[in-house]
Amino acid sequence: MEKIVMDGGQALIKCLEAEGVEYIFGYSGGSVIPVFDALVTTNSKIKFVLVRHEQGAAHMADGYARATGKPAVCLVTSGPGATNIITGLLTAHMDCVPMIALTGQSVSWMLGKDAFQEADIFNITMPVVKHSYLLKTANEIPRTIREAFHIATTGRPGPVLIDIPKDVSAGVFTGDLHAEMDIPGYTITDSIAVEHVKEIAGAISKSKRPLLLAGHGVTISGASEPLRRLAEKMNIPVLTTLLGKGAFPETHELSLGWPGMHGTAYGNKALCACDLLLNIGSRFDDRILGDPNCFCREATVIHVDIDPAEIGKMIQPDYHCVADAKLFIEELTKHAERLETGDWLEQLDTWKKKYPFKFKRAGSLKMQHIIDEFYKLTAGKAIVVTDVGQHQMWAGQFYKTDHPNNFLSSGGAGTMGFGVPAALGAQFGRPDETVITFCGDGGFQMTGFELATAALYKLPVKFVVLNNHYLGMVRQWQELFYDDRKIGVDLEGNPDFVKLAEAYGIKGFNLRRPGDVKRIVKAALDYNDGPCLINCEVEKTDNVFPMVPAGKRLEEMIIEAPRAGKKLERPTGST
Amino acid sequence: MKSKHVHTLSVYVSNKPGVLARIAQTFSRRGYNIESLVVSPAMDGNFSRMTIGVSGSPEGLDQILRQVSKLIDVIRCTDHTYDDVVIKEMGLIKIAVDSGGRGEALQIAEHFGCKTIDLTEESMILQVVGDPEKIDALVEMIEKFTVIELIRTGKVLLARGGTTT
Repeated sequence: MEKIVMDGGQALIKCLEAEGVEYIFGYSGGSVIPVFDALVTTNSKIKFVLVRHEQGAAHMADGYARATGKPAVCLVTSGPGATNIITGLLTAHMDCVPMIALTGQSVSWMLGKDAFQEADIFNITMPVVKHSYLLKTANEIPRTIREAFHIATTGRPGPVLIDIPKDVSAGVFTGDLHAEMDIPGYTITDSIAVEHVKEIAGAISKSKRPLLLAGHGVTISGASEPLRRLAEKMNIPVLTTLLGKGAFPETHELSLGWPGMHGTAYGNKALCACDLLLNIGSRFDDRILGDPNCFCREATVIHVDIDPAEIGKMIQPDYHCVADAKLFIEELTKHAERLETGDWLEQLDTWKKKYPFKFKRAGSLKMQHIIDEFYKLTAGKAIVVTDVGQHQMWAGQFYKTDHPNNFLSSGGAGTMGFGVPAALGAQFGRPDETVITFCGDGGFQMTGFELATAALYKLPVKFVVLNNHYLGMVRQWQELFYDDRKIGVDLEGNPDFVKLAEAYGIKGFNLRRPGDVKRIVKAALDYNDGPCLINCEVEKTDNVFPMVPAGKRLEEMIIEAPRAGKKLERPTGST
Repeated sequence: MKSKHVHTLSVYVSNKPGVLARIAQTFSRRGYNIESLVVSPAMDGNFSRMTIGVSGSPEGLDQILRQVSKLIDVIRCTDHTYDDVVIKEMGLIKIAVDSGGRGEALQIAEHFGCKTIDLTEESMILQVVGDPEKIDALVEMIEKFTVIELIRTGKVLLARGGTTT
């Protein structure tokens, strides 16, 4: 047993180093001073990134984790510092992102006594974390850190919170830095029932119109290449979810893009017409199902998920397998045969040709045009980070992705304000690659203060503000379903975003005319002296189509904009 | 208080702060109500045993149990509703009764195998142990007297024979 005289904070930093932590994204405060101090006194190699708001730290860690596949750490103080990361925890939790959130806490003898900057963050965050700890002694630190990283990164990943009272981080550490984990209740599915897989292969072999749906789980398990081999071997068309974008190359001839509310019309048509759906690593999100009672009713449904609690949650499958996506795909590949899908693929091809995503380049400047230009000029190879709203859907539609971990978006939580800090996290994690963040003018202003962080670290992120002066997605719903009664969506009072960028010492571009798109996008991509921002004055009242109104059957998808004034039934589904 | 048709679960957990809160949240998030709850240390003091009665739609319960099972501090979670198990509960009932009704009250108490654990000129406390349904029946009978206070422990459960709870 190794015994070294140090304090809790120093032990914590040593343990984080042992886990291979490269960056800590955070914000200081009274109760975490001992932890910050330990970064100095241990001469730690871990680089600390000071953000401007704790939410930024959480999303930055999230972006780093999504872009690299490695767990990321954020560190904030107690009370409001800790409550400010809750949105970041929810975002990571919903999208299964491995994140370790370290929060300072008041001294332990003051807990529950309304101490200055005390918040019961352990209990407040319980529903939005995979697991959490409230430390009692410094000696628990090594075991806790080891467990936290193990839990965050294995099985179905997620955020783990560790609340650290100040007397613990400042207290004497006399424990074992190599303490073992003690989590008897945590088991990971690391084997596969071969008989199940054979049974599933048998069901697939009978299918005439099979469809594979690949979710985020495929990316997380590193199964993109095995998936491509499987799909090609079976000659089966593949849908990837919004979070699964890149799990299968979107430019592949077997790709049908992403399905659901604003996904491809041909993808949704395929879901309506298939006789078998093999879902690997997607949780049947309500944005994909439309009306869950009518989803793939005639088809044989197979659900493969590492989380047993997902089986039957939304859709009762005919076959299921609780397994890691990669293990399953590799095993299925052994038993799979080439399917007779010629006619089916031909039918899908007809739909692909008939219902492509489209927009008009002439007239007012369109978000789609700008996204499309970025796609072309980066050859689809950039890391794209989106915020939430109309631009997110168009980014999904027009920025095709062939590589996993290259399209980062808050899918489950739909967190506005995700884009800017997550893009910085992605750039920290992959410094040599082009990172573009598409934001609306609404979401950009929620966390836009992190431009300071971008400027400070000279991160060459391209901040693309797709500025329609509206909260466009809500305005679209108000127009289509609420007789165009606009309320609470007009972002009157927006700043001059270019001047704002310049105030941070960041290069700014204005883009107003379709004719300038190519030139300015190219200039932004060529600009490498730190970050740059492009303020794009786009069409104010454009709408995203195709659209499956929430809760409607996929068959009821609206493929193109209905004629003006046409009354649509108000959706009954959730947002 | 009548026992509704409730599912009876046995949950074996790490004996740590927050475990109960996590389990309670998993049920309440889905609109399930915890009807009864007993928590006590297991033979190995590092673990606790919970017996939980929950009411709510049977559809979906199975999925919630899987969500409970996947909590890090939950070792296992079993629905014993349809299993061969022993379920017992204790109740204490304080009724207002003077010499006029005391004879009848004691007769009822005797029928249900109650112990009279407190007796005054104006009241008595009955202690009853048995199946929840037996306690329901007693309560129904004893309600002809004025029930001053009543408390039930909530049920505890063990699987019979060689089966693990």
